[in-house]
Amino acid sequence: MIVDLMLWPSLVALAWWSRRNGNPVFYALIALGLLLVFNRCFTPGFFEVDVRDGRLYGVLIDVLNHGSRVMALALGMTLVIATGGVDLSVGAVMAIAGAVAALMVNMGVPWPGAVAAALGVAMLCGAWNGLLVAGFRVQPIVATLILMVAGRGIAQLLTGGQIITFTDPGMAFIGNGHLLGFPFPVWIVLALLGLVALSTRRTAAGMFIEAVGNNERAAYFAGLNPRVIKAATYVLAGFCAGVAGLMAASNIRAADSNHVGLYLELDAILAVVVGGTSLMGGRYFLAGSLVGALLIQTLTTTMFMRDVSADVAPVPKALFIIAVCLIQSPSLRARCRSWSQQIRLFGAGREKAS
Amino acid sequence: MKLKVQAKYIPLLATALVMAALYIAGGAAYPRFFSLSVLVNLLGDNAFLGIAALGATFVILSKGIDLSVGAVIACISILVATLVERGMPPGAAISVALLAGTAFGGAMGCLIHYFVLPPFLVTLAGMFFARGIGFVIHPQSLGIQHEFFRDTVVRAWAIPLADRVFFPFYATCYLLLFLLALVLAHHTRFGRAVYALGGNEQSAQLMGLPVARTRIGVYALAGFCSAAAGVVYVFYMQSGNPAACVGLELDAIAAVVIGGTLLSGGVGYVGGTFMGVLILGLIQTLITFHGDLNTWWTRIVVGVLVLTFLLLQNVITAMVRRRSRQ
Repeated sequence: MIVDLMLWPSLVALAWWSRRNGNPVFYALIALGLLLVFNRCFTPGFFEVDVRDGRLYGVLIDVLNHGSRVMALALGMTLVIATGGVDLSVGAVMAIAGAVAALMVNMGVPWPGAVAAALGVAMLCGAWNGLLVAGFRVQPIVATLILMVAGRGIAQLLTGGQIITFTDPGMAFIGNGHLLGFPFPVWIVLALLGLVALSTRRTAAGMFIEAVGNNERAAYFAGLNPRVIKAATYVLAGFCAGVAGLMAASNIRAADSNHVGLYLELDAILAVVVGGTSLMGGRYFLAGSLVGALLIQTLTTTMFMRDVSADVAPVPKALFIIAVCLIQSPSLRARCRSWSQQIRLFGAGREKAS
Repeated sequence: MKLKVQAKYIPLLATALVMAALYIAGGAAYPRFFSLSVLVNLLGDNAFLGIAALGATFVILSKGIDLSVGAVIACISILVATLVERGMPPGAAISVALLAGTAFGGAMGCLIHYFVLPPFLVTLAGMFFARGIGFVIHPQSLGIQHEFFRDTVVRAWAIPLADRVFFPFYATCYLLLFLLALVLAHHTRFGRAVYALGGNEQSAQLMGLPVARTRIGVYALAGFCSAAAGVVYVFYMQSGNPAACVGLELDAIAAVVIGGTLLSGGVGYVGGTFMGVLILGLIQTLITFHGDLNTWWTRIVVGVLVLTFLLLQNVITAMVRRRSRQ
């Protein structure tokens, strides 16, 4: 009941606010709302939240917890996409970061050192992507494809092809701990959102990024350095991937280079697009990306709760993605408008004739 | 006499050199590397990757991208296996599969063209869709007992080359499709339209080329190639598997890039892709011959190769631009 009282008004308020501001997160919020209404009516137990030992448990909390990785990735990805690029390597960077952290902790390095090293390596990976895209002007899809293909190999090389387990309690807290009742990853994502939002929306950096995404030449002539700005977004995406990799490795207390983050780059890109950021670049919506990530995670969790097998789950997901893209597509809206106009004209003509 | 090579052939030449170098290096290191069976296996083991890469070449030439390749192969392979096991004649099952793949690609092409959606996103959704549908058709891998697949394809249609060396039928399929693609790309109206579309869509439109038909045709062709690769996969494995070929689309794109096709569209050769696939195959064979190296080295070497060719392309485009400016 309390959950209902807290959730619905905030959803409605958010939707109203986004509608008034013309923020495209509106569509994602509506989709999320519809999905939640569906679950409220037809999926028993979806809205139950228990408090045990001062911690919250329940499906909704799980959605937040499991969605945190994609949310973290989506934050970094949003800025990359805003410059007109894309980063396919984040899944592989997650694997590398997890492998580095696990190895360092097992070598006896205290966990803050291991975390710093993992994030450092992840940022190096991002810098490499940035060098290729901004320095050598390689197409972003291909430039990051290289690290996507080779990165998992590098992670395997680091771990010797084994799953490396660790027991360090500090390291395990990142993905399993709780703070004020909520899972710790949720707080990490909030902190990351605060960091990215403050540093881009409260400074000119966000505008620079959008300027580069809109028209790189124009931005250059306006006195910006598009190369540095682009490279910086890839470094940030690497950092976010590192954070996500730490959360994933910590959650299972192991670095599994083969499976961690597999296909997560695609989920992250979807989250960004569903959140209203166009793949063409030029505008971005951080909150939209988070809502998009939550939407995807809610969809996944709903399917699991309704006994759809994990193998078949991609089908509804695919249909859903296409539907959201079509709703957002200006071309479809123009088509609909012209159709409805034709129908109206047709009707008017008939009235006149009679 | 000075040997002059046109700048546009340099990437192709570089690909050929890398291929020759890998082959000779393999022969120098391992005495059995030059045997006929290694060569035949090189073609046979990479037949389905090669066929998929042919489709990917056209898509990339038209400035698009297709990420659904691996999933469509898996989906088609399990479709063929299920249909045949349920008693459908093999010929009919294969035709249904090829039609389904072509229709699927065409549908993606329509979404991309008429609703101006990014190809990247549409084919990504296509990948999820095809992967899931594969598991709906049959949740596990399914072996085929039909004598057409067990016997006719393996024995009767294999061409004997030497004592105990056979040229398998799936390799023949690959070579035939490669020749067809070569003709289609370089000697037909459709091929020229694809190049024009990739070079500059607006110009293509203004020239009066059928942009809609070409773009949808390209994705339908890619769907057909993926489906054909799925059928060849069934010939090769004697089974269908909905979980097969995860990540194959990336290998296909890598082969296209290594083959000298520009990802910015409009420039490239089908022959280059053929060599790119063989290079990927040679790396795999070398790592198998070495025995000690782990498979993840393949990924790293492929990554490095893609990188090298990208940088090479960059240098060449810069050179050409400088020359044309002078």
